[in-house]
Amino acid sequence: MSDAPLLRANDLQVRFGGVLAVNQVSFDVRRGEVFTLIGPNGAGKTTVFNLISRIYTPTAGTIDFNGQRLTDVAPHRVAQLGIARTFQNIELFEHATVLQNLLIGHHVHRRTGFWSELLFTASARRAEIEAREAAERVIEFLDLQHHRDAMVAGLPYGVRKVVELARALCTQPRLLLLDEPSSGLNVEETDDMAFWIQDIKEELEITVLMVEHDMTLVSRVSDRVLAMNQGETLAVGTPREVQSDPRVIEAYLGSAEDMSFLRRAEPFQRTRT
Amino acid sequence: MRFLFKTSYEQDIALFKHSGQTFWYGLLMLLLLAAPLLMSEYWLAQLSFVLIYSIVGLGLMLLAGFTGQVSIGHAAFMGVGAYTQAVLTSAGWPFPLALAVATVLSAAVGVVVGTPALRVKGIYLGIATLAFGFIVEEVFARWESVTGGNAGMHVKAPEMFGWELDTAGEFYFLCLALCVAATLGVLNLLRSSTGRAFVAIRDSEISAQSMGINLAYYKGLSFALSAALAGVAGALYAHKMQFLSPEQFSLIQSIDLLLLVVVGGLGFVHGAFLGAIFLITMPQLIAIGKDFLPPAIGQAAGLQGVVYGVVLIAFVLFEPMGLYGRWLKIRTWFQLFPFYRKGMFRRQKSFTKSDRLK
Repeated sequence: MSDAPLLRANDLQVRFGGVLAVNQVSFDVRRGEVFTLIGPNGAGKTTVFNLISRIYTPTAGTIDFNGQRLTDVAPHRVAQLGIARTFQNIELFEHATVLQNLLIGHHVHRRTGFWSELLFTASARRAEIEAREAAERVIEFLDLQHHRDAMVAGLPYGVRKVVELARALCTQPRLLLLDEPSSGLNVEETDDMAFWIQDIKEELEITVLMVEHDMTLVSRVSDRVLAMNQGETLAVGTPREVQSDPRVIEAYLGSAEDMSFLRRAEPFQRTRT
Repeated sequence: MRFLFKTSYEQDIALFKHSGQTFWYGLLMLLLLAAPLLMSEYWLAQLSFVLIYSIVGLGLMLLAGFTGQVSIGHAAFMGVGAYTQAVLTSAGWPFPLALAVATVLSAAVGVVVGTPALRVKGIYLGIATLAFGFIVEEVFARWESVTGGNAGMHVKAPEMFGWELDTAGEFYFLCLALCVAATLGVLNLLRSSTGRAFVAIRDSEISAQSMGINLAYYKGLSFALSAALAGVAGALYAHKMQFLSPEQFSLIQSIDLLLLVVVGGLGFVHGAFLGAIFLITMPQLIAIGKDFLPPAIGQAAGLQGVVYGVVLIAFVLFEPMGLYGRWLKIRTWFQLFPFYRKGMFRRQKSFTKSDRLK
């Protein structure tokens, strides 16, 4: 494993008309770590994700992945380089089964061409079985056996979230982008998600970059955290460092002066029962 | 009811999932092969039409049902195939060679028409393909030196290697062979990565792209395949009708084809066949029904159009999964008897899908 960072974002800037959604954001994601972007709504976290998966092109700045300039790559080539992602609002293939969704995740590894698939030659058959084996490993990893042949459209939200993670893992990525993995999940499901993220990092040795609001989950799994507000970097460091950074507290809660009007005239008497 | 015990991955990619399917499809194939012995020439001709329309239906199903791209100009692809076939066979080309050229030419036109699909979606794509349909119909009417214009042109019986397929039976077997080949090709694609890429584009373009699917390539491929199948069907149609004129490939024909896939069941391969049977038998049923209606209604012009319209509306309202969806429900009812519930096929509506990135 080399010391060079897996992903390096340099002075990223995105402008939508008059809005500066991301401004002068730079960060490195090291190999094998869980790196988390936090920040209030509208801070530009998802925009950074969309820059990495090439849905948007930055107005200025560069992103390098594994020594390659990502901003020169066509959007559908990003997955081939080894970057997979999930979406904040779940973008699964609704009218397909869980298994089909996972096999679509395996698409980047296809080796058969159109003609051999049209005739379903022996090589196409072999490729199908191989894809199936790869998908089956992910099913086992994430305990999805029960839902294998279920239509996604009929699955509960919590399961869909896991299916989306599974689909991303099926691309066998080097970097996994998770956009709010715990949003909409209950406490127990969030707990499972935390375990899986740790397993993904330790067992599968995949680097994880995530956006997350649940600070318990963030401090549990992240190695480093980047806090953003209104498109700008506030702080980078371990979860503890970032959480105690005064600028971060200010972004979430407002400054001490802003809060002063909330204070009661007389201190509230606390009684222990 | 049947329980499938899966013991190998091969079972999931097999064309026939269990012995029951092998038996029924085998029986169907035998009946189709024996059809010339069992049927009068008239019904054999109708069956050939069902096969021809099944081939176009398969193409449109691939495009609209599996890739999610609407085409309201599909008759134009059929027309390109039909006229190419007619022109080449009149020039003395053998049938297989002319068919190959007609198919490739239709596919090429399909790619050109598919280019707007990279930018526009849904109803706007519909309008773009509709406009294309009008243009092509106009070309057929105006390019008199080649197509014979509105006066039409005659088409010879198919001929290959000195063998002329001029009886209804011979032509029927030709249609059957091409239809089976087209079906197998489509099924093969749908059970491999190309078919899954189509489905991915239909359900979410944004995540299809993040999964490494090249949207431009697969949309183009889907249009090309769909147009190629329409071209094959068009070529057969030309030989079957033995006469071509531009109005055979008008907007009405395109809408008939759309009716075919919607009534058959969007997103099911079976739907293409059920839709084709519906489209061919409906005029017959209307003709029979006419005798029982009061003359003021029975003899009125445009009765067929009204019936088609009502049927389409009824399907969209009451059975959006089409004839095949209805069949699935009936089958499930029997399999689960008496435990069938009314809402079993209702899909949970999703309010979470985001349109932000589209």
